[in-house]
Amino acid sequence: MSPALPRRAASGTSAPRRARPGVLRRGGLSLAVERRSLVVCAVLLVTALAFSIVLIGTGDYRIAPLDVLRSLTGHGNPGQDFVVRQLRLPRVVVALLVGASLGMAGAAFQTVARNPLGSPDVIGFGQGSAAGALVVIVLLKGPAWQVSLGAVAGGLLTGLAVYLLAWKNGVHGYRLVLVGIGGSAVLSAVNSYLLVRADFVDAARAVVWITGSLDGRDWSQVRPLLAADLVLMPLLLGHGRALRITEMGDDAAHALGVRVERTRLVAVLAAVLLTAAATAAAGPIAFIALTAPQLARRLTRSPGVALAPAALMGAALLVVADWAAQRTFPSGQVPVGVATGVLGGGYLLWLLVTERRAGRI
Amino acid sequence: MSRRTDTSTPAAAGAGGPQHGAGRLTAESVTLAYDRRLIAEDLSVAVPDHSFTVIVGPNACGKSTLLRALSRLLKPAAGQVLLDGRAIGTLPAKAVARTLGLLPQSPVAPDGITVAGLVSRGRYPHQGLLRQWSAEDERVVAESMAATGVAALADRYVDELSGGQRQRVWIAMALAQQTPLLLLDEPTTYLDIQHQIDVLDLCAELHEQRGRTLVAVLHDLNQAARYATHLIAMRDGRIEAQGPPGEIITAELVERVFGVRCRIIEDPESGTPLVVPAARRPTRGPDAAAGAGAGNPGGDVGEGVGEARAGTAGEAAADVATEGTAAAARPEGSPAP
Repeated sequence: MSPALPRRAASGTSAPRRARPGVLRRGGLSLAVERRSLVVCAVLLVTALAFSIVLIGTGDYRIAPLDVLRSLTGHGNPGQDFVVRQLRLPRVVVALLVGASLGMAGAAFQTVARNPLGSPDVIGFGQGSAAGALVVIVLLKGPAWQVSLGAVAGGLLTGLAVYLLAWKNGVHGYRLVLVGIGGSAVLSAVNSYLLVRADFVDAARAVVWITGSLDGRDWSQVRPLLAADLVLMPLLLGHGRALRITEMGDDAAHALGVRVERTRLVAVLAAVLLTAAATAAAGPIAFIALTAPQLARRLTRSPGVALAPAALMGAALLVVADWAAQRTFPSGQVPVGVATGVLGGGYLLWLLVTERRAGRI
Repeated sequence: MSRRTDTSTPAAAGAGGPQHGAGRLTAESVTLAYDRRLIAEDLSVAVPDHSFTVIVGPNACGKSTLLRALSRLLKPAAGQVLLDGRAIGTLPAKAVARTLGLLPQSPVAPDGITVAGLVSRGRYPHQGLLRQWSAEDERVVAESMAATGVAALADRYVDELSGGQRQRVWIAMALAQQTPLLLLDEPTTYLDIQHQIDVLDLCAELHEQRGRTLVAVLHDLNQAARYATHLIAMRDGRIEAQGPPGEIITAELVERVFGVRCRIIEDPESGTPLVVPAARRPTRGPDAAAGAGAGNPGGDVGEGVGEARAGTAGEAAADVATEGTAAAARPEGSPAP
């Protein structure tokens, strides 16, 4: 149509980069999955499960991966069965579920905010949960289950407050991020104050909790988290397609028949609840919600942030981080939150640098 | 979904006043406001079916706001917008999106999306959880990219494209939606003249060959006059005139709507009205004096400055037209048929 067109088309040096859709069609049914996304998801799932098995075998009492598999399938010896099923499996399941929840919640938030900074840990939910937990630990001296409850309450209240403060004819990206960062700063001051007030034992307990840890998790942490995931993840995935359309701006999304505000409200609500459930189980583990969606997006090369790859990436990342923390410091207890920060942040930096070299960003 | 209803009223239903039943899309005495700021009151518009309707008016006259109301992005404070006789706000969102498409003023291309990926998203209202990507979707997307001349760019990233290419990709996205009605909010803004004409030609093609009803907000009055079959001129939230451009564009109307004195001559390329603003400062050109005899308000301004180089008023007009529209290939004494 325009003479400028062929020249520009020819100058494109990057022809075969598009992730082509693989399509399954049968009768009136048609499902679209990008092949590359599918492969990435499969690789992430295998990685997460493989490291889970290795992780179960890691610790003071080492168990070979094959023996772990035997125990899990009911063919192991009784001594190993106890260690595997009662002591270490719950911890690994918590790690998988927490990672997946944070990854998916992060993807939902980043899509709503249209900004990678719109992750729950950046916009104050982490600080909010920490404040709730600190109030219980320092002021009320409550037991672990109350700490979890306090964390959930703190996270939800912060989420609600940020959403309402950022509301003006709907919630928009930058406003959400800025209001969240403001709230986060206030809460972090409150947390510092509570920590300074605390006596030594409480402060130590609080710091471990704030960093995020998987130590001593048992089946009582798994059940509520699993229940939350089973409800919220399908809900979010069901809204996934509409959510991706909202990336194109409110007007375009409206024009395509997406009920933008409703989609956004469902996404934010589900993501806040997922984050709260994960935080209650393992503390505010840093960086998973921020990095997992971005890592997944770069691996799948899909436009925007996708929910399912982000969840699988979160699960894999957390299990690998926990394994790395235990391997590097076998005696001292380094909380997994430290490892996720180093691992996730480092991996993201590496990806960004390689992408810049390849000229993709 | 029926493509055409039986409202076979032709485009030119006459100027002025609400035309109830004239088209599938009408606004009935709507009041439009953002928060407390009133934009328009008691506004009634009927978009004639199968027309290329263009809304013009000065900045802040409410033309984009009207388009937003017609496309249900803005809920009227009073009155209602009707699509096929039913209030548009009460219809299911996806059903409306299969009938009425909109290209907003500043849509956002998601990071790292390809041309084909973006155009595919236009199929959203036709898809569901179990029907995500049918053979029909694939065909329509390919067709839309071909129609807008972006098929060769299918695998390119949208962020790498030039402004004109990007706008065509967005139009392809709106086409893939396959709506009998398509609304475009300033589709030519930020484009150079060549790409403006590309986009408008494309719109005219869609209108003529595929029988779609198009509604566009345009800034350029002459482009509006050339391409529109139905023109709506707005000022201060009111409709000053509507009808075929050839019938309603007069020097008096342009001055009333835009506050610009001008001459109206015939566009030598298309035969449509061509608005030539009066020179308000002494000009270097020879043509200002020649128009003095035409009896229009702009005639007296350049008097005494121009030299009597031009022969007749008609010739002078043709010269002006050549300078005024880049599309005119060569100056000719008589207007093109």
